[in-house]
This record gives sequence, C-alpha cells and structure tokens, in this order.
Amino acid sequence: MAFRPMVGLEVHAQLLTASKMFCSCPVKFGSEPNSNCCPVCTGMPGSLPVPNRKAVEFVIRTGLALDCKVSDYCRFYRKNYFYPDLAKNFQISQYDEPLTYEGRIDLAVNGEPFSIRVRRTHLEEDTGKNIHLSDGRSLVEYNRCGVPLMEVVTEPDFTSADQVREYLVQLRRLLRYLGVSTANMDEGAMRCEPTVNLVDEAAGQATPIVEVKNLASFKAVHDAVSYEIDRQHWCLENDAEMQQETRRWNETEAKTTVMRIKESADDYMYFPEPDLVPLTPEREWVEEIAESVPELPLARERRFVEEYGLPQYDAEVLTEDKQVADYFEAVAATCGDAKSASNWVMGDFTHLLHESGQTPDTCKLQPENLGKLIKLINETTISSKIAKDIFPTLFEQGTTPRQLIEEQGLAQISDEDELGAIVDAAIEANPKAVADYQSGKEKALGAMVGYVMKETRGQANPGLVNQILREKLSE
Amino acid sequence: MPEVTLDEVRHVAELARMALSDEELERVRRELNRIMDYFAELQQLDTEGIGDTSHAIPMTDVYRQDEIGDSLPAAKIVQNAPDSIENFFRVPTFMEEE
Amino acid sequence: MELHEMTAWELAGYLHTGEVSAEQTVQACYDRIDAVEDNVRAFLTLTPEMAFDRARQIDELRASGEQLPATAGIPIAQKDLLCTDGVPTTCGSKILENFVPPYNATVIQRCRDAGMIMIGKTNLDEFAMGSSTENSAFQITGNPWDLNCVPGGSSGGSAAAVAAGEATTALGSDTGGSIRQPASLCGLVGVKPTYGRVSRYGLIAYASSLDQIGPLCKDVRDAALLMNVISGRDPMDATSADIPVPDFTGTLHTDIKGRKGGIAHELLYGEGIDPAVRETIEQAVEQLSCLGVEFEDVAMPHAEYSLPCYYIIAPAECSSNLARYDGVRYGHRTDEPATDIYDLFAKSRAEAFGPEVRLRIIKGTYVLSAGYYDAYYLKALKVRTLIKSDFDKAFEDYDFLICPTSPTVAFKIGEKADDPLAMKLADICTIPVNLAGIPALSVPCGFVDGLPVGMQLMGAPFSEDTLLQVAYAYEQSTDWHKQRPGL
Repeated sequence: MAFRPMVGLEVHAQLLTASKMFCSCPVKFGSEPNSNCCPVCTGMPGSLPVPNRKAVEFVIRTGLALDCKVSDYCRFYRKNYFYPDLAKNFQISQYDEPLTYEGRIDLAVNGEPFSIRVRRTHLEEDTGKNIHLSDGRSLVEYNRCGVPLMEVVTEPDFTSADQVREYLVQLRRLLRYLGVSTANMDEGAMRCEPTVNLVDEAAGQATPIVEVKNLASFKAVHDAVSYEIDRQHWCLENDAEMQQETRRWNETEAKTTVMRIKESADDYMYFPEPDLVPLTPEREWVEEIAESVPELPLARERRFVEEYGLPQYDAEVLTEDKQVADYFEAVAATCGDAKSASNWVMGDFTHLLHESGQTPDTCKLQPENLGKLIKLINETTISSKIAKDIFPTLFEQGTTPRQLIEEQGLAQISDEDELGAIVDAAIEANPKAVADYQSGKEKALGAMVGYVMKETRGQANPGLVNQILREKLSE
Repeated sequence: MPEVTLDEVRHVAELARMALSDEELERVRRELNRIMDYFAELQQLDTEGIGDTSHAIPMTDVYRQDEIGDSLPAAKIVQNAPDSIENFFRVPTFMEEE
Repeated sequence: MELHEMTAWELAGYLHTGEVSAEQTVQACYDRIDAVEDNVRAFLTLTPEMAFDRARQIDELRASGEQLPATAGIPIAQKDLLCTDGVPTTCGSKILENFVPPYNATVIQRCRDAGMIMIGKTNLDEFAMGSSTENSAFQITGNPWDLNCVPGGSSGGSAAAVAAGEATTALGSDTGGSIRQPASLCGLVGVKPTYGRVSRYGLIAYASSLDQIGPLCKDVRDAALLMNVISGRDPMDATSADIPVPDFTGTLHTDIKGRKGGIAHELLYGEGIDPAVRETIEQAVEQLSCLGVEFEDVAMPHAEYSLPCYYIIAPAECSSNLARYDGVRYGHRTDEPATDIYDLFAKSRAEAFGPEVRLRIIKGTYVLSAGYYDAYYLKALKVRTLIKSDFDKAFEDYDFLICPTSPTVAFKIGEKADDPLAMKLADICTIPVNLAGIPALSVPCGFVDGLPVGMQLMGAPFSEDTLLQVAYAYEQSTDWHKQRPGL
C-alpha cells in the first residue's frame, strides 16, 4: 500500500492557575452554578479582560519543554462564533502569532524511535457548560468560562495510533512534571482532537482530512485513530466517497460517525483583540522560566537507567510522577543503594501512599529516613523482615528508623558471644536436626536457625547465626 | 470592486446571526456597495512595508497576577436573564456541536 | 447667578465655604429638569432618590469637619453607556432596555469617590453610533440653543443636559467625535483624552481601540477638574496607561506665549467645511496669535483617508463587541417561536437592534469575513499607521494642532437622517484623532447663525495638560463660554 496514515493532534489542557485567564474568579470545579463568575467571565456589557501572567508563564514553560521557540511579539485574537456557552460570542484565543512555536519531541514505540514536530503552544479561554434537559430546554452556566486553556498542536507527523497514544502518555507526564495541568482526561482537564488522513506522497494523492471528536480517554483516541485509518483504507480500496468532515467517536459501537460536513473552512473572523495589548516576553523572564523547567521525564527515565543501573521498568514507573522521582532520588542518595531504594519506593511506600491518599510531598516520612532504613538493613543492623514490619509505623509517624528501633529494642543481634549461647541452646534442643545435618542434610540447619530467630524475636543476624551454627556443628 | 451580491449579504447576515427581511437585505446590499466604493479609495494608497496599527498608543505586556478576587453572587450574574432557573441561564435546547 | 447656571468650580467654592449645600445643588438640577426637560429630553433615567441620599451624606460629612475632595457635591450626568450598579444602563437600545448592571464602571466609581452626585443617565445614539442622538431607540434630544436642532452625538444627551443647566457637568464617550462634536454644537468644552488615559472598564463598547471617556463641561477649568477625577491607570483595563497624571487644574495657568501651533490644513480648508465656521476658526487663530502662539500651516496628507479607515475599523470591532447581545444572559429575547438557538439569536438581535446598528454589524462582519480581511481590515490598520504618522511628524514641530471640531454648526433634526454619508462627514475633523489615539478637546470660539462653534485642539499623546492650558488662555481672553442658551 502506497498510502500511509498522516495524523495530527490538537491537545487542550486546562492550566493549574488559581484564578481565571482574564479575571480574578477562582478556577474551581463542582461549585454551584454561576457562583465563580463576575462581569468579565460572563461577558457583561462594559467588562474588559486582563491576562493572567501565570497562565502565560505556564504556556511558555510547556513550549520550552517541547523545544519550541518563544515568540518575542504576539497578540491575542478574537475567534468569533455564536454559541450559548461562549459568554461574549467570541473566544479570546491566539491566531497566527502563538506564544511558542516550532518545537519537537522524540519518542519511541516498542523501541522504534519517532519524532513529532510541535507546531505551536498557545493560550485561550475555556467555555461554559451546557446541560440539556429532556423538556426541550437547556441550561447554561459559566463557572468554567474563562478558565485558562493551553492548546498544544503537532504537525501531522504520527503514522500510527500507537504513536499517538505514546505521545499522549508522554505529554500528560510532561504537563504534570511541569506543574501546569492535572492533565486528567476523565475530568476534562485534557482534551484531544486528532486529524486523520492518508497520503501517497509519490503519487501526490491524499484522502480528505477528517477531524475526530468526543474522545474521553487515551484508549478512545487510540481506537478512534486506528478505526479511522482502517476506514479510510477501506474507502480507498472500495472506491467509496470521502469528504472533509468532523466525525464523532462512538465508544460503545467502537466506530466513528459523521457529525458535520465541512463545505468550506469555518469563518471565525479572527482579528486582533482590541481590549488587550501585545505580549513581548522579555528575555530575562523567558530565561527565568527556562531555569524553572525541571529535568523532563523522558530524559530522567534514561538517566535513571544509566546512572542508577535501574531496569527500564523501574525507571518508567518512578518517573511517571515528578514527586515520586524526586523522592526516589533523595532515598537513593541517602542509602547509596538505588535498586533497594527503587524497590521500597515502588513497593511498600507507594502502597501506603495510595492507602492514605497522600503524596510524597505531603507524607510525614522524609526520604532521608527511608534511605536510612535501607542503610540499616544493608549494614545488617536490622533484618529486612523487621524493616517491613516497622515500616507502617515509620510511615505514619515520620520518626527516624534508628529512634524507632531503639524504642522498640529491635536492633539486630550481631554479638557473637550472645548469639553463641543461643546457638548452643538450639543445638541442644534439636538433637534430630543435628543428626540429620551431620548426615549431610543441609536443610536441617533451618530448624536450628528458626529456633534462634524465635528466641531472639527475629533480631538475630541470620548470616551470623548460620556461620556460628556451622562452626559449632563441625567442631 | 465587484458588486456585493444578495447571496453574500445573506451569508454575512447569517454569520452575524441577524434575521433580516428580504427588503432589509436589499437595503444592506445597497449600503455595502456604496461603502465599498468609498473603501476603494484606500486601495489607492501604497501600504507596502507599513505595519498595522491595532492600537494607536503602543503598550505591551500588561498582566494581572494570578490572585483570586471577589466573584459576584450567582443571583446577580443571572439577574438580567430573560429566562433563568436556580441560577442557571435557560434557553431552548440546541444540538451539541462542541 | 442661579445655581444651575454655575460652573463646577464656582459651585465647589460655595460648597466648600458652606454657603451652598450639596442638597441644594441637587435640588437646583432637578428644578431645572422640571422646567426644561420636556423640551430638551436629555435624560433616559433620573436618579433623584440616590442623588438626594448621597447629597445629604456629603453635607453631613462636611458638617462633621471631614476633608472632602474639591468636587464633593457637584452634580454630574452620565452617558447611558456607562455601567451603573443598580441603575438601568440601556445604551439607547431596545436590546438593553431592561438591563441593570451589577457593577459600576471605573469612572462612575471614581466620580462617586470624588463626591460627585449622579443626577441621571443621558440619551445617546444607540450604542454610540451616530452624530446627532437621533439614533436613540427611545427619544430625540433637542439642542438647548435651538430645540429644532440636534445636540450632536453620540453624547448628545450629556451635552444637552449641561448646556441646559440640568446638570453641572457630564461624562460622555468619544469613538469618532462623540464628545467633541456635541460639545461644539452645544457651546461646551469637551475633552477626548489620550487613548489609555481614562479607564474604559464599564464603558459599553462600540469600537474598543477607539473608545475613550471624557468630560463635557461649561468651561475649561471644569474640564480640568473632571480630568483630575477620571484619569489614571486602572488594573481592570489592560489598555489603560501606566503614566503619571499631571494636576490639570494646578497647571492650567501656565503661560502659552511662544507655544507653536499648527493649522491642520486639510481639516480647515478641506471639502465640506462651512465657510462661516472656517472664518470663526481663523479668528480664533488670530486671537491665539495675540496671546503669543506662533502658527504655521501643517499638511496632513492622509487625513482624507480617515473616514474610510474609520468606517472599516469601527464596524469590525462593533460587530464583535455586539455579538454578546443574543438574548441568553441579558437583554431582549424574541417572543416569536424560534426553530433553533441560532434562530432565537437572529430574531432577538434583528428585533431589538436599530437599523443603523444592524447595518454597522453587517458591515463589520463583512470586512472581517474570510477573503476580505486583508483587503479591508488589514489595509485599514495599515492606513491607520499612516494617519498616525502624520500626527507624529506634526508633533515633532508643534505643541498642538488646530481645526474646527465640526464642519458645520448644529443642523436641524431630521435634516441629515436620510443622508448617511452627509451625517458621517460631521465627524471628518474628529475621526483622525481617534485613529491616532491622541488627545483633543473642543472649546467654544464663536457663533454662526446664533449657534455655537467649537475649535478643536489636538496634541501629542498624554499632552492633555498643554491642550487645557492653551484652551484656558484662549477662553480667558474671550467670553464665549459665558454665553448660556435662552431656554
């Protein structure tokens, strides 16, 4: 087949600012209707917008993280169209002068690398919400109207649904890393609209571009893109007619259906927003923002593999969330044992975090203390069994592990004389095991070690117990 | 400059969401044509290399800090609505286009 | 002199010494309104209850020894497109007939904070689109100098109210001459400040990049007083300038000897300027020369393109600004059955906007629509650059420019209503100023056929103080400003 898929993606992400894009109403969800509103965000006559500096910073930060250039002059434009949830019947957006442009992101699917060019990141305002009643009427409210929205637009560089999904996963992780958005699709904080068509570059042919909407999850995006590629191939093969249109993804039937046929390009009558002045982000500010961009998740993932020798899987899991990754690094730095640090952070620590509904930043247990705990195990001061037993208490109270061990008298017994006496008792109490061992049954040793551990409430250094036992039994 | 046609006026009236009678469409068409002649004068001016002035007084980078201020009570937001219920605006239902 | 005839600064003196109470000043306005408003029809809404409450409050504060601003107790009329919390604000349009804003425009708040007392809301051309106030959906306002004539527009109600003595001062808004032209036609001083000098927050927009609020007053000193009240940066308006505001009254007496004035040639000798008006301006130039101003002719080669430029930019911005009136959140909603939500929008809008507003919305939509943007809108923005550069160049050599404010004196009601192009020529001298964003004022300089003539002074951005100084020196050497209509 000479035709190959050409997929582009528009992603909208709500920004994590405290206040709205052009007024000081709070960005808050689940409130009473129209309770987070003012004359500005409800488009009352006479009201005027003033842009939120933090939102501009967030878009620049994201653009920088996507290797974009930052515009040194750009304006807001009005995108004019009528819709009940659009309070002014125009949306303040950006047009041919986006805040940042011409970036790229390098990714891989199943070890196959691919690059996606980022066309632009820009800023606009969200719309209100419509609720359709069964009595032939609809309700409109504007709590969401004016919430800052960032749009990240790629070039049509994706060639498969898998690539699209991988991009979305990485973009979501990036936005969370940058602290600019929750990027939760199920809450509508992240929305995707792919455009799909097929091209045969050699023959200079292409199918009409189809835009797909109503995608509520990464899976839906993946499946819809995949479906649309197949559908267009089928149309080509069967000489079926195709047209430029918007199609809706039907989740239950797992297919796309026509929503709107685009006879001509939409006419939004864009023009520069006369109520706002141009933005010319100063170099110092952009540099400051650039410095605030943390190490990005993909780079960090690679570094975790190289620097700490972690398995790819561990690196991926740890870098999914920036706080977790930061926490891991602090633990590893304290204990000097990256793999153990990784096991603890991914295992017991994450488990308790989820159970208690906390984040690494809010939980009481400092990463240094988890590091110290691992160190105590490695130094054989305590056994890993005891470490696991006391971990919930440690997590809850946030005390240092040494303090807790001392309080509870849990330090491992490594005193040879002390252990020697208990070992003697074990030998005396287990004549059968002694006989079995001496007749060559290695396993019989276990019963005696168990005896010692029981006597010491698990605090005996198991390695040392083994060594002393062997010595005594070979005497 | 070519004449503005009635179809064009109809299209623009639809973009502007303005229900105009046939009579008024014709009035608007005449007015548009008249004003178009007038605009043709501008085309005589050479503006090659001239920047566009969307604001006469050059100002840039006016922001507000990301701070929460007072919203209005919802009752005040909907007080002028032709139809509202429980602080929602109410309209005849419409097809969701997104 | 009767209270209703006094200027704001004269009243302020009496208020300060306690010879006159705020309640008396307010009473004087309403008495005057009772006497003449049936003929003048300047107001759409009167707010006596609020006004008297406020007046008594101010009198009590003053009696208790509180230091009050100089303007405390001065009555003011507000153009009915400035949002007033709890008071109807109609914009002269059926579409906002029942609209009661839940907030105050910044200038309304500033006037209030300065102790000024709002008498009522004044008539205007619907959404400020017009030059005669005949486009109001509610009533036609008469010119106090001749009730058969228009007061000019769009701030015709504000101008008529002050000229008739129904209010001591007023605020208006000026998009293409809407303060200066009615000031000229009603024998008042009207100031269009530099774009950005006064906050537009709460001014119901016509064309955002051209609109500016300013005072209409009985003399220059009052205008300076009002400019002190309303000027200055407002964090609610991103286009309001962060530039220090001079003390306009304090610097009023500056000597103008040696100032350089430019006669804007095309705007004085161009087509459409009434010869009698031209002659009046020439006399004013002579008078100013006697005061030590040095004049030269200045060419404004791009001035003639101002009208087409304006009549692309203003409707374009208007079409977008007025899109919000759809019958969902406020304003008129059709009672006709609607097939869908868009039909509801379209019917509501067509029913409640007047013909001139409908026309400008369609024109604006047309010039912004795909395929025409570059030819019309973008072209107009470029021509705007050329017009502005004419002024920039002129102000390198001159402290101010002079020309008539209006090419004619007040015309008869109905005379130009059927001739839209003639009506638009009424703004030919004022429109270039809005396109360039510069400040300008109109000051009375004579009479033609018993009707007032105003001269327009234009200055570099943020040079209102210079313009007021020149106007004040001129005014003090004449007595045009002391004439009152024989209503």
